[in-house]
Order: sequence, then structure tokens, then C-alpha cells
Amino acid sequence: MIITGTAHKVGDHIDTDAIIPARFLVTTDHELLGSNCMEGLEPGWIKRVKKNDVIVGGENFGCGSSREHAPIAILGAGIPVVVAKSFARIFYRNGFNMGLTLLEVGEDADRLRDGDTLEVDTEAGVIHNKTTGASVRCAPVPPSMQELLDAGGLVNYVKARLKQGVHSK
Amino acid sequence: MPNTLAEKILQAHTDDDASEAGRIVRCRVSLVLANDITAPLAIKSFRAMGAKQVFDRDRVALVCDHFTPNKDIDSAEQVRVVREFAQETGVTHYYEGGDVGVEHALLPELGLVGPGDVVVGADSHTCTYGGLGAFATGMGSTDIAAAMVLGETWFKVPPTIRVEMSGELGPFVGAKDLILAVIGKTGVSGALYKALEFGGPLTAALSVEGRMTMANMAIEAGGKVGLFPSDAKTVAYCKAAGRHAETLDADPGAAYERVIRLDATGMEPQIACPHLPDNVKPVSAVKGLRLDQTVIGSCTNGRIEDLRQAAAVLKGRKVKKNLRCVVLPATPNIWRMALKEGLLETFMEAGCIVGPPTCGPCLGGHMGILAKGERALATTNRNFKGRMGSLESEVYLCNPAVAAAGAVAGEIIHPAAL
Repeated sequence: MIITGTAHKVGDHIDTDAIIPARFLVTTDHELLGSNCMEGLEPGWIKRVKKNDVIVGGENFGCGSSREHAPIAILGAGIPVVVAKSFARIFYRNGFNMGLTLLEVGEDADRLRDGDTLEVDTEAGVIHNKTTGASVRCAPVPPSMQELLDAGGLVNYVKARLKQGVHSK
Repeated sequence: MPNTLAEKILQAHTDDDASEAGRIVRCRVSLVLANDITAPLAIKSFRAMGAKQVFDRDRVALVCDHFTPNKDIDSAEQVRVVREFAQETGVTHYYEGGDVGVEHALLPELGLVGPGDVVVGADSHTCTYGGLGAFATGMGSTDIAAAMVLGETWFKVPPTIRVEMSGELGPFVGAKDLILAVIGKTGVSGALYKALEFGGPLTAALSVEGRMTMANMAIEAGGKVGLFPSDAKTVAYCKAAGRHAETLDADPGAAYERVIRLDATGMEPQIACPHLPDNVKPVSAVKGLRLDQTVIGSCTNGRIEDLRQAAAVLKGRKVKKNLRCVVLPATPNIWRMALKEGLLETFMEAGCIVGPPTCGPCLGGHMGILAKGERALATTNRNFKGRMGSLESEVYLCNPAVAAAGAVAGEIIHPAAL
């Protein structure tokens, strides 16, 4: 999949209360959650976002609570990819489970600036910065996550297991 | 090969090889947990998976503790979804109303978690049960739905950071101060993807409740789990909760990624300052900061020991005029104990607000939300920007005695200085 959009830079340790504050957790509706994406970082942040834009984070993106509403809010805002130096553990699992592409690029995230136009090739794991001409490569998706992606996400993986009648005892 | 606690527990729950960090293992789970915020999404995923039943009705817990007693129509609707799901699937451990408590205080009390267990919960503070020697960790709702259906999940075996604790705790210094000091050293991402394993001579001196306070905040260092050994105290705690338990410890000579040493001797009460839990300073460095609210409660510090410490400071004293001191005993059982012991009377005499068991203000849900410019001192676990209310409010984290002292003085103060 190739995604072209504008980079929206955020800092280190962006927590899930920043991505979607608890007061909005009274719904599971994707669009409603999306309309309040990053409301805990900066009120009205969502207004600057267009469909297929990309969040570029620093270290430990998505730290804090386990709320799956966080990747859902990002997807609901029309953002299909987050690039960051590193991701918090629970958020990382949640992102893949929800179908949000997460690319870990380490310090190279500094080569992507706010407002740059990015072309992200999620399969090749390459981010072309069309504004500066630079290219950033990301670490390959771990095999266990790839297995889930190949199955079409965790929901489909479990669905297939149930069809085979595989239950753990 | 000698193994860490994390490796030993995972190995007992998997047919794969869990003897080395970095391996992916498929694990059977002992208990699966979700709450009123995370269960509705898990139920959505459960249905999308085409599932009709949970893997074991006795090993799924649904605890409606975050926005309860339901703060508005939307949260009431979410609890309704969880209640109906519990009825439909026949889940035994469904809690709301008069038998609900803050999940991570409630489940140990009910004997639903214990040493050697693998527990997954759709709540990041699921790591609390590491205080009992359980490999317990938070996940998102869909991972939890999968575990509810299959009775298993996958883990990457984490490398372990050993925390060696020694020395003696001074007056008004306890488990909360130790874990804040650890987070101050590691930073909020220092234990990312890793296990924290607590040990050393001071470990035996800590109560099981104190150990749960410490394990609870492993996630604030980015950790996957925070593990304590199970010893005679753990076994006795579990027995009182109606559960058989055995001792459990890491093998001598297990391989650790690094060792953090913490000497408690001479340590001051610790305060985590805005807006990250690793911004930790001794109380003397922030004394005198004016307060609008104090909160005593949560899955970190809402247990009976915590309430006793707070009451000891508040006894015979008054909460500062116009300051709100919110006390939330974490479970109905703790509430009743506090009543019988006269702690609630002490709180009421002092001018506190005593509320029901709920996560409430900790996550800015309800029962103590901060306005612009307000500052709270709380025994909770997170001080992210806007966590307890306005984006222009501040949360400082501390132990129960320090929170109580702050309520009396109207400013941050060492309890000994009252």
C-alpha cells in the first residue's frame, strides 16, 4: 500500500490520554472517536488533518493506558500510518490488531518535518520525503505480527481458528 | 539454565520454549479481564470473530469500575452492553453495583489471581498482580477478546531488569516512594517491552499490598510486567482470600539485562511532578506548592493499608478550607473495614469527601475533575497533561500519608512537618 500525505509531528511520550482523553471513552464509534483525535494534546488538533495524512512521533508513542480507542481514534481521523522513533508496547499490539500501520524508524524520525509531504510504501517499509528528497527505511515487521497481518488481522485469525474448532484447554 | 521469574511463569503455561528473551510463545492464560471502558470494544471484536462462548466462564472477569456509578447516559449504556454480554455468556465474575471495586484491588481480594498465574487484562494496570507473583499484563480490547475466546495469547518473552532493593524505610516512606524512585531512574520508557523483577533484602519487608502498589506502576516505566517473588506473606495473603498458593522465585544466576540498585535508607517521600511519572523529586524540592485537591484511592493506593496511613495523618486535624480531599476506598470490603476501624469517621471529621469504590478521578472520569489552573496531589498513577481534567491543570503523584498531609496544609508538605 502506498500512502501520500502531510506529516504531522508530535513529540516524545505521546500518551493515550493525549491521543484520546478519557472523557471521550463513552463510545466505541470510530468516527466519533476520530473527531476527537489528539484532543488531549491540543484542542482542535484534528482540524489540520486531511485523509491519508501521517503522524510522525518521537519515542514511546502511545504510552499509558491500554485503550484500543487510541488507534481507533487515529484511524477514525483518516490517518492510516504512524511513524515514530519507538512505540509503547500495548499501543503497538493494538495498532496492528486494528489495522493501523506502525513504522518504527528510530532517530530517522528527525528527518521528517512537520508539514513535509510523505509517500509511505508500507510493504517495502520505505518513507520518501517528497519535500526534502530524503528516504527513511524502517525495521521490518516482526514475523509474529506479519502472521497476523497475513491472516487479515486478529479478528480474522481467531475467526479462522474457531472454524477449525481449535480451543485451548 | 537458570531462569527469571518471567521465563519460569511463561514456561509453565506454554508448550513453546520460553527460556530466552525474544522468543515468541503461545501461552495459556489463567484469567482474562476487561472493564466498563474496554469490555464494550472487546465484545464488539468477540462478535466480529463469530464467537458464541468464552473459553471458560469462571476465568473471565468483567469489572465495571471506571465510570461507575455510571456518570452519564453514555457510560450507563456501555455498562448495559457489558452486563448483557455477561448474562448471555454466563460469565461468573461480573461486577457492578454494590459488589464492584477497583478491578486490581478487587480481583486479588477475591482470590482470583495468585502466584504463577498468567493474567491478561484490557487495562494497563493489570500488571498489579505481579505483586503476587503473577505474570500479568495489559493489552487492548481485541487481544483480550481473542484471549476470552481461545484461552490463550502470544507473548514475546521479555528481557528482565532486576531491581535490587535494600536498606530501611523511614517514617512516611513506603512502597509508592520506592516505585516512584525506580521510575525516576528508568524513565517512562526505560523498561519498554521488558519485565521488572523486584528482589533484594527489602522485598521481604514489604507487605503484599505494598508489592502490588509497586507492581502496579511497572507500566509507568514502560514495563510489560512487574514481578515479585511469592513468599510466605504471599501464601498467607492468598489463603486469606480463599486460594491455595505456593512460593515462587527466580533461579539464582538468572540472566538479567541490567540491575538497578535502590537503597531506601534516608530516602524522602517521592513526588512525581507534571507531566510524566518519571519527573520524580523528593518532597523537599516541591514543598509549599499550593493545592486545590487531593485524591486518596485508585488501584495504586486505595487499599486498607493506604487508608490507615492517610487516616493516621488526618486524625485530629482538618482539611484546609476550600481544598477537596477525595477518599475512595478501592473495594466494598476495604470500605467496610475502614468503617469498622473508624477510619471513615476520621476522614469525615477532618472534612474529607468519602466516595464509593471507583477509578473516577484518576483518569479524569468523574468525582473530582480539575478546572483550569488547578493543582492536585494524588495517590494515583499517572500525571499526564489533562489526566484529571483541564489541559491546564496539574497532577502530582505521592504516597497516602503525603497526600493526607497536603490536604491539611493546603500545600505539598512532608507529613513530619505538619
